[in-house]
Amino acid sequence: MTAAVPVARFSFARPRRGAVVLAILVAWLVLWLVLRGTQTLSLGAADLTGLHRRLNGLNDAIGESRDSNPVFLYFFNEIRLVVAEFATFVQALIAQPAFDRPVPLLGWLGVVAVVTWIAVVAGNWRVGVLAAVGFFFLGLQGLWQESMDTLALTLTAVVIALVFGIPLGIWAGLSDRFERFITPVLDFMQTMPTFVYLAPLTLFFLIGPASATIATLIYAAPPAIRLTAHGIRSVPRDTVEAGDSLGSTRWQTLTKVLLPSAKSTIVLGINQTVMAALAMVTIAALIDAPGLGKTVVKALQTLDVGTAFNAGLAIVVMAIVLDRVTTAASAKKRRTPRRLVAAGGVGAVVCAYLSFTYVWAAEFPDVEIGSTIAKAVADATDWVQTNLAPVTGAIKDAVTVVLIDPLQALLVESPWWLVVAVVVALSVVLGGVRAAIVSAVCLGLLVGTGLWQDSMTTLASTLVATVIVLLLAVVTGVWMGRSDRVDRILRPLLDAGQVMPAFVYLVPFLALFAATRFTAIVAAIVYAAPPAIKIVADGVRGVPATTVEAALASGSSAWQTITKVQLPMAKRALTLATNQGLIYVLSMVVVGGLVGAGALGYDVVAGFSQGQLYGKGLAAGLAIVLLGVLLDRLTQAAARRST
Amino acid sequence: MARRKWLGCTGIVLALVLSACGGAKVGESSSSGSGGSCGDFNIAVNPWVGYEANAAVVAYVAEKNLGCHVTKKDLKEEVAWQGFGTGEVDVILENWGHDDLRQKYITDQKTAVEAGSTGVKGQIGWYVPPWLAQAHPDITDWNNLNKYADLFKTSESEGKGQLLDGDPSFVTDDEALVKNLNLNYKVVYGGSETALIQAFKQAEQQKTPLIGYFYSPQWLLSEVPLVKVKLPAYTKGCDSDPEKIACDYPDYDLDKIVSKKFADAASPAYKLVQKFQWTNEDQNLVAKWIAEDKMTPDAAAKKWVDENQAKVKAWVG
Repeated sequence: MTAAVPVARFSFARPRRGAVVLAILVAWLVLWLVLRGTQTLSLGAADLTGLHRRLNGLNDAIGESRDSNPVFLYFFNEIRLVVAEFATFVQALIAQPAFDRPVPLLGWLGVVAVVTWIAVVAGNWRVGVLAAVGFFFLGLQGLWQESMDTLALTLTAVVIALVFGIPLGIWAGLSDRFERFITPVLDFMQTMPTFVYLAPLTLFFLIGPASATIATLIYAAPPAIRLTAHGIRSVPRDTVEAGDSLGSTRWQTLTKVLLPSAKSTIVLGINQTVMAALAMVTIAALIDAPGLGKTVVKALQTLDVGTAFNAGLAIVVMAIVLDRVTTAASAKKRRTPRRLVAAGGVGAVVCAYLSFTYVWAAEFPDVEIGSTIAKAVADATDWVQTNLAPVTGAIKDAVTVVLIDPLQALLVESPWWLVVAVVVALSVVLGGVRAAIVSAVCLGLLVGTGLWQDSMTTLASTLVATVIVLLLAVVTGVWMGRSDRVDRILRPLLDAGQVMPAFVYLVPFLALFAATRFTAIVAAIVYAAPPAIKIVADGVRGVPATTVEAALASGSSAWQTITKVQLPMAKRALTLATNQGLIYVLSMVVVGGLVGAGALGYDVVAGFSQGQLYGKGLAAGLAIVLLGVLLDRLTQAAARRST
Repeated sequence: MARRKWLGCTGIVLALVLSACGGAKVGESSSSGSGGSCGDFNIAVNPWVGYEANAAVVAYVAEKNLGCHVTKKDLKEEVAWQGFGTGEVDVILENWGHDDLRQKYITDQKTAVEAGSTGVKGQIGWYVPPWLAQAHPDITDWNNLNKYADLFKTSESEGKGQLLDGDPSFVTDDEALVKNLNLNYKVVYGGSETALIQAFKQAEQQKTPLIGYFYSPQWLLSEVPLVKVKLPAYTKGCDSDPEKIACDYPDYDLDKIVSKKFADAASPAYKLVQKFQWTNEDQNLVAKWIAEDKMTPDAAAKKWVDENQAKVKAWVG
């Protein structure tokens, strides 16, 4: 009887809330019909507002004072020196000629051996084999030097990110107040498009390894901080209390109880940080960061998809190796036998010595399959482009007319205050008063950026992309969650979709869908669907096997089992997938700006490319962050309410 | 017992490996560093192939003839200009106008100075693929564009003709032009040079209609000779008010910009930069070798320099 009450209230409240939402939407439509085209706060592509000019002025002022300002002389310069020194050291170790030698200290044989050894010790022999094969493949692709430059940059950024990130994460795990303070900062670091701060970074830290490292670091550090805090917070209360009752000091509790229990979550954070760092490789190439990103960017100047793909594949291979090693490390239960560690260590040292001394072990032999890969991909792309373009063009037109145009018309042509009123009202109904306040503040600031209309255009594409991502996530996620074999086959593809630099597939997409909003949406889906699919798959797999068996035993069909048991029980995963899908789609807005999405993405790119549009680009970056915070908080609040 | 056996094995393997491998040692045949009075020479390389051609040839000559230690840095224009002030960039080898940057870095901050023309003429304008110009010869006159607006309709152009704009690095007056010439067109922003090149390349391949913003010199023109649309002729000052522009883009004299410090030091590299001059044809040739024949910039530069010793002599003499 007691259990029935909440269920009854739940089923009663739900249709009512649905009806209110529907009423709000209908009212919006009616008002839109009457008021469309008025007070839309539009701004031309080359027009600026006062705020944009002031931001320009600020940027100029910083540039002019950099030789005299003590903050530059004694703060930023010192940071730059330390970071540059460290980055150069890592490069000297594996990537760049150093110490009067024509090659780095460790040659290819040494790097392969050391990486394999680390993989075996941190994970198991299987990961070791994967690491060895993967890194050897990088050399076979003819990209050893470039790969090592990328690895050096990634390692540098990750090490610095962890040195600061883990202590900050521990602090955020222990202190509620600090967590409240740092969460919006981390949101900002992750959603602010890199293009916005790339040019100013070179002003602060000069063109060179320091700027590239710091650009990577800003994007890559947040996951380490978040997951460390999350790990510390998830340690069961009684475990901590048991420690306290034994009279441990705070330091002892931290090092003996909290950190060991949170270890696997922290390692997962390191894993995410490594992946995020690799995702920055192509963008960092725009400020002269050496490595695979440069190969990709250069190849695209001549539409050389084959070469760009070959380099992109190297990034994917490196990401998969690093991912599997860190994942194995976080899941690890048993220690590797000590004699295996010792023997492997000796082997690695021998290989390192050989690669230090002999040319054959230092420079990767002159056999390569990279150009074959490039050729094959170029041919395949050509075929697809010539033969499929009419079909894909039709799909593009259909989706644009049916989905994108109506939604965009509704958001863009409504008066701004109407959209604000609708969103705030929806927030009250779906998320509660606090969520509504957050929405109102975000929308107010959005108006303040002077880019209201562009924001609405971007929002329309973002919503369309997210809906498609969710459909894909549910269909594919359920399929993967129900079958281990499907999971094994699809997972590497999903990894590739997440790490393959968007620049690589933009060219064929442009051929298939032309420079349009739809192309931008497709690019966002490729990037955002994999994490959403993985989350749903994990959620479906997490449904207890006994529950599923019970459903089957009581005569449910596969379809009934999915819709009545597995999906409802994976509800948390579904809301998480929605939330993450939105955030990942938003992080591709700038890439969308490169392929015809216009709006905020274009504003950011143009701001990076043209001095007088800098302020506008910065404002557009802020608008993207605001959209991100709005959608994130709203979906989270709605999820909390409905469970 | 097991462990000792294990260690023994490792020892044997180790001994075998050490004795079996020979081969050249690192550093045995290291080339002696080239000295010379030139010193360090930092070239910014902006992201397009024509620029890459300039940079490749200048870098090759500076290294081979003058013994400079050349570092090429891949940077977007804005960042490259910024590099003059921070001392990280010595020279920009192909500058397209950029009056705002000139004002900021040459006039105001005084960290950069001009170093003369590269001899290459830059042209910005509206272009159509060759098949379209052949099918409708009158399409290349702006007066007839409204007649063809329907041809250029796309999912992005809201029922009007689409004028595809692209590279955000260049200032575009296209929105003002469309408005002031009363054209029934909408400017759609491709957002990148890649988007533009791909669009034109495909329009020619698939014989689909397209009109858009483009520029010369550009490597694509040697593969797909796009046809320029005639806009009302440029007269001096017709572009003074951005709102009221109704004339074609001016021709750009692409020039070289160097950092003040680099110019003051007057090294051999600076003199080379000052004297460096060639033609659109020269640049297109080297750009084609890089873009289409997939030569490395260095190899393409070597080939051109070997074939054009007379020109090179004039730069270093």
